[in-house]
Amino acid sequence: MRSDGSQSTPLGLKVAAACGLLFLHLPIFLIFVYAFTTEEKSFVWPPPGLTTQWFAVTWNRPDVWQALSLSVRVAAISTLVALVLGTLCAAAVSRTQFFGRETISLLVILPIALPGIITGIALRSAFSLAEIPFSFWTIVLGHATFCVVVVYNNAVARFRRTSGSMIEASMDLGADGFQTFRHIVLPNIATALLAGGMLAFALSFDEVIVTTFTAGQQQTLPIWMLEELIRPRQRPVTNVVAMVVVLVTLLPILLAYYLTRDGDQIAGSGK
Amino acid sequence: MTLTATQAKPAPALLPRAGGLRGPLSDLFWRRPKLLLLLMLLPPVLWLGIVYIGSLFALLLQSFFSIDEFSGLINREFTLKTYGDLLQAANLDIILRTMTMAALVTLASAVIAFPIAYYAARYARGRWKALFYLGVMLPLWSSYLVKIYAWKLILAKEGILTWLLAKLHLVWLLDGWLSLPIVGGNSLSVSSTGTFIVFVYVWLPFMILPVQAALERVPGNLVEASSDLGASPGQTFRNVLFPLALPGIVAGSIFTFSLTLGDYIIPQIIGTSRLFIGQAVYSQQGTAGNIPLAAAFTVVPIVIMGFYLWGAKRMGAFDAL
Repeated sequence: MRSDGSQSTPLGLKVAAACGLLFLHLPIFLIFVYAFTTEEKSFVWPPPGLTTQWFAVTWNRPDVWQALSLSVRVAAISTLVALVLGTLCAAAVSRTQFFGRETISLLVILPIALPGIITGIALRSAFSLAEIPFSFWTIVLGHATFCVVVVYNNAVARFRRTSGSMIEASMDLGADGFQTFRHIVLPNIATALLAGGMLAFALSFDEVIVTTFTAGQQQTLPIWMLEELIRPRQRPVTNVVAMVVVLVTLLPILLAYYLTRDGDQIAGSGK
Repeated sequence: MTLTATQAKPAPALLPRAGGLRGPLSDLFWRRPKLLLLLMLLPPVLWLGIVYIGSLFALLLQSFFSIDEFSGLINREFTLKTYGDLLQAANLDIILRTMTMAALVTLASAVIAFPIAYYAARYARGRWKALFYLGVMLPLWSSYLVKIYAWKLILAKEGILTWLLAKLHLVWLLDGWLSLPIVGGNSLSVSSTGTFIVFVYVWLPFMILPVQAALERVPGNLVEASSDLGASPGQTFRNVLFPLALPGIVAGSIFTFSLTLGDYIIPQIIGTSRLFIGQAVYSQQGTAGNIPLAAAFTVVPIVIMGFYLWGAKRMGAFDAL
């Protein structure tokens, strides 16, 4: 019988866990190598040579820039909408008990719980029934709907940790509702909102399944990428864009993690 | 400064009410919290209710319409004909294939996820714990398309996997596998095996997180007690760990199963020409222009997931989320 049994790790478990993590990470690292390859026509490994010329080529491609700009605009507006709706919903659900509270949380989670294709085709058939033409706003409509849940999750977790007595104390000391919100509630939830907003941005920036149904002829960056995957035109450019996308989505995730890491509930669990 | 401070009047016990609209509004919300609640709930409920639930109803409605086979126009009259079309042998084949894939992917994810989740929950501490957490979170949030693209690079005939197997003198193994009827193909990137690997890769983090959450709640001394009472590690796993982790596994399987059911991009880019539900939906609404049949097709995963969630709830999976 060992008293420190919990400290020693079985070797098999260590190896299995390490292999699992490698399986998760190696493919993404591979993208970084391929962005520098000199090979144009195939995915040959090992790369015959390394070059940085494809970065310049990608930089001068107007279609990449257009897709990127559309993606950023859609993600920014969707994040704003999601921030407002998600925070309101979280505040209502966490501060009061009311009839139908469970239904509200289900309603918020549903767009992400059902497969994206259902959300996509549902929106598409609604647009077609209501005869709404595809536009920038139809994309935003879809994205904001499933972004609400990430803001909501982060805000709800923070509201739960913020004690209600602080708000009561503020009111007792003479602040009105708006002052309390401005000076007590907002500073308390600010980092959670920032984290939720960044995750919502990353989610929208990366979304492709719903977008294919709501974009019509417009190209967001993921749609551009999907086109390249189905009908490759210039593979090295795709490699470079893939690498940039990895880096761009990495930053908000890391930031969101650092903003909420001291909490019991951390941003991003359950995309 | 000190002078002005001492000369200042003592603060009144009650501050004057703020001017303009702000004061009365604040008082109103204080006196009638229900009104504030209503105002807070109204925008999100309206948005989700109209945009999302409304669209789902539109979808359901469409599935009861039918398409005119000659003109290709949608006939907006209530009919069950589209559901009849859904039950053709070819379509049932698609549904069965998708469900089999979803089940296999779920099983494989659970097997790979368990050691990672168990290590992170029981042995990783401090810095390592954070590292494990990020190690799962980063792949989860990395671009979905980039992940698929990475696997296209890996599984390509000239790619890194073939190269690695050649170095290990194991190409015969790969060739043997690829020559098998259902799982094989010309190369891994156009075989069902490839589709399976990519599905497992992309959804794996969704399995790790809930399993880890469930294992975190298992007290360490429970495992020690089991071995003190003479159980072998295998027995401890079967009788103590696995039953306690099961709600987490079921919770994770909700994601892996549901996401596999609805995905149409992975089998399109890496896989055979045999269709999955998602692809059928996509091609019906796109090239075929048959939105009613596409809508009826999406009802299938909704119904399957409905039963799945019902079963999961009975197993207590939602407490593990």
